[in-house]
Amino acid sequence: MSAEILNSYLNETTLPYPFCPGCGHSMVLNQLDAVLVDLQIDPHKLVIVTDIGCVGLSDKFFDTNAFHGLHGRSMTYATGIKLANPELKVIVLIGDGGCTIGGNHLISAARRNIGISVLVFNNLNFGMTGGEHSVTTPTGAITATTNYGHIERPLDICGTISVNGAGYVARSTVFEKNLPELITEAIAYDGFSLLDIWELCTAYYAPKNQLNKKSLERTLASLNFSTGVLHQEIRPEYSHAYRTVVTEQEEEALEPEKTSQEQFGSNLSKEVDFIIAGEAGKKIVSGAAAFSQGALKSGLWATQRNDHPVTVQSGYSVTELKLSPEEILFTGTTRPDVIIVLFDEGLKKVSPQINELCEDDTLYINSDLLPVETRAKVISLDFTKAGKWSGKKRLWCVMALAELLRNTNYYPLEAFQAAVSEQKRFAEDNLTAIEASEGLISFS
Amino acid sequence: MEQILKVNGSKANREFINGADAIVRGAIHAECDFFAGYPITPATPILLQMVNELPKVGGVAIQAEDEIAAIGMCIGAAMAGSRVLTATSGPGISLYSENIGMAIMGEVPIVIVDCQRMGPATGGATTTSQGDIQFLRWGTSGGYPVIVLSPTNVVECYNLTRKAFDLSERFRVPVFLATDKETVSTNVTVNTADFEAVPVRERNLAAEGIDFIPYRVGQASDVPDMAVYGGAHILRFTTSSHNEKGYLTKNRDDVGRLNEHLTEKISAHIDEIAMLNTDLQSGADTLIISYGVTARSVTEAVRLARLEGKKVSALTIYSLWPIPERQIREVLDGYKRVLVVELNHGQYLREIERLAKNDQEVIGLSRVDGGLISPSEILEKVGMR
Repeated sequence: MSAEILNSYLNETTLPYPFCPGCGHSMVLNQLDAVLVDLQIDPHKLVIVTDIGCVGLSDKFFDTNAFHGLHGRSMTYATGIKLANPELKVIVLIGDGGCTIGGNHLISAARRNIGISVLVFNNLNFGMTGGEHSVTTPTGAITATTNYGHIERPLDICGTISVNGAGYVARSTVFEKNLPELITEAIAYDGFSLLDIWELCTAYYAPKNQLNKKSLERTLASLNFSTGVLHQEIRPEYSHAYRTVVTEQEEEALEPEKTSQEQFGSNLSKEVDFIIAGEAGKKIVSGAAAFSQGALKSGLWATQRNDHPVTVQSGYSVTELKLSPEEILFTGTTRPDVIIVLFDEGLKKVSPQINELCEDDTLYINSDLLPVETRAKVISLDFTKAGKWSGKKRLWCVMALAELLRNTNYYPLEAFQAAVSEQKRFAEDNLTAIEASEGLISFS
Repeated sequence: MEQILKVNGSKANREFINGADAIVRGAIHAECDFFAGYPITPATPILLQMVNELPKVGGVAIQAEDEIAAIGMCIGAAMAGSRVLTATSGPGISLYSENIGMAIMGEVPIVIVDCQRMGPATGGATTTSQGDIQFLRWGTSGGYPVIVLSPTNVVECYNLTRKAFDLSERFRVPVFLATDKETVSTNVTVNTADFEAVPVRERNLAAEGIDFIPYRVGQASDVPDMAVYGGAHILRFTTSSHNEKGYLTKNRDDVGRLNEHLTEKISAHIDEIAMLNTDLQSGADTLIISYGVTARSVTEAVRLARLEGKKVSALTIYSLWPIPERQIREVLDGYKRVLVVELNHGQYLREIERLAKNDQEVIGLSRVDGGLISPSEILEKVGMR
């Protein structure tokens, strides 16, 4: 926006910092300001994202865009901002507390290599709420919630995200001379970068654990936590990679919207309700969908509801269908007029409904599953009569529905064939099977 | 009152689709260009379609690591200029809760689809329910208002999705589309000529060159002009109680003004938000009230009752929150008996009881076993069968 050189990114009206004497936060913020002056990032194109904790107060000291959100969720807001506008520079200022509650977001952002720069103000405890332990509190430490000594092992933030996709990872104490260079590198990196900055919480952690500059370094050494740049790699930045990937697919994916034109008539005078009872993987849902589309082509209204166990490739597959010359308002289960049973799993599932059928109703059933006790009119389907198609169980559903149409003329078979032709992948097989299905039914 | 239920269009425009299809189409036609979600039955089909369809119109859709991230990304994207949608079910709304509060506080335009399923907890993933109706209104700390629209059928899933985007831009507030498993996943014939082209409302961006104050309003009921990251103005956004500049404050004048504003900007505009449909019969002393999927059974029940010469009236409520109290009271007036039909233990019934007069009998018809309330159950309840 502005071509003038900015000498500071700090907002004088919001200063001075409110942090405790000796707290590292003030030092890091001053260094961040110096780095921004050095990089001269347009403040309109820069978003500083913070969340909860003492560090969460930080965004207000900068004369840039700011987003102050919920505890530990900074990475999610930053990801949304970057995805929406990849031209923005997004910096997250977060505490070790935010990394505690937002651990999943931290790892996920690293895995994506989304272009955000994370500075962790890591003072080894929750400074704002009274010095409780955080995910980085060393074992043995005394905090408000570990008065007898901390038993958990601290999270190696840098190690975790280094092996999980982060592009740039570094660690430093607030006292190290090259901290400005590390901040610069982290912010300049085009991808997910994180700088873990170890500090003293002079209100709680430092006095309770006799921590000072020297012992802070000893703590790092005892944990085998190195400092400096720990990991660096070149990977595609997510918001740009997303646009590259989807642009490559775009041409192929575009499809015009289709509307179902009425081409056939129907003599159906009132609503007919069906159940088709099959088993998983036998094309019950797609067969029923073609049957519904055929109804549309015949000027009828249809509804289709599918039911199957949570494990989609085993067990029953049951579809409830309704056809009507009028709009169908109630799509819920009613006593069906017609039940079509193709497989044993389906038979088990719909036995209660078969028991409720009346004399006026019809049961179409695979002859292998007979006998079945019912008051309904029984029509058996003998798939062995379908010649070379008899073993193709995936086609039984369309074969049964074709025979049903020949028998009832709810709507013309040609409409069903037209609908089947539109189901690209299996159109040819299905059409041949429909022909072969003629004469499968017999009345008992 | 706005009539939004239409039937009997031309057969040439019929399609066989479900509510999820209609919501996706409505969102894209509303110029939604950002979606983040997390898989959950029965909302997953919306996620699946959005990740395929949004890139084709230059948008971004992503499967987030969890529900908290999904809505977090949406809020970030909205403040960077996107029109955002997310879709989940009751358990996901639970995880959205804190961020819903933040979207209210920061005045974020966002549309949230709740494909209701049976609760409590994991409940029945594939069973229909209307159990989130109070939860959507009161499901975040502080009790501040949101807008909740509930479509009764697939066509209205399209229309109300578009309306939801319109209202979210108008009021800078989370707008929920309270639908359900049955409506989003059962395929039905629709007439796409009934899809309404709700005009796309431009985002009300603060003019360039002015001294932008992010949360300044004239009156408490006004909606502040927006700025977005990367735009003409520096923008401060905050989840904390803030003054008009977006700085955290405990100043009672500022905090009081902010919280009155968050309430007033909705409550002062109920007439603008209200959407109801009445089917009143003169001489009827029974009124049946419903919303969502249940309203379809009521429509059918009313038709059947009238075929037998019985007199009955019906009221469908589309804008559940804020409650269109004045409009509901007007309809209630004069009825001896009021039946509220819903797939929960009387969540909206309590609102109607509060609005009815003492001499009116208000009863509920509930069902919580996963089945839909059928037209015959309704007729039985009012003794018309």
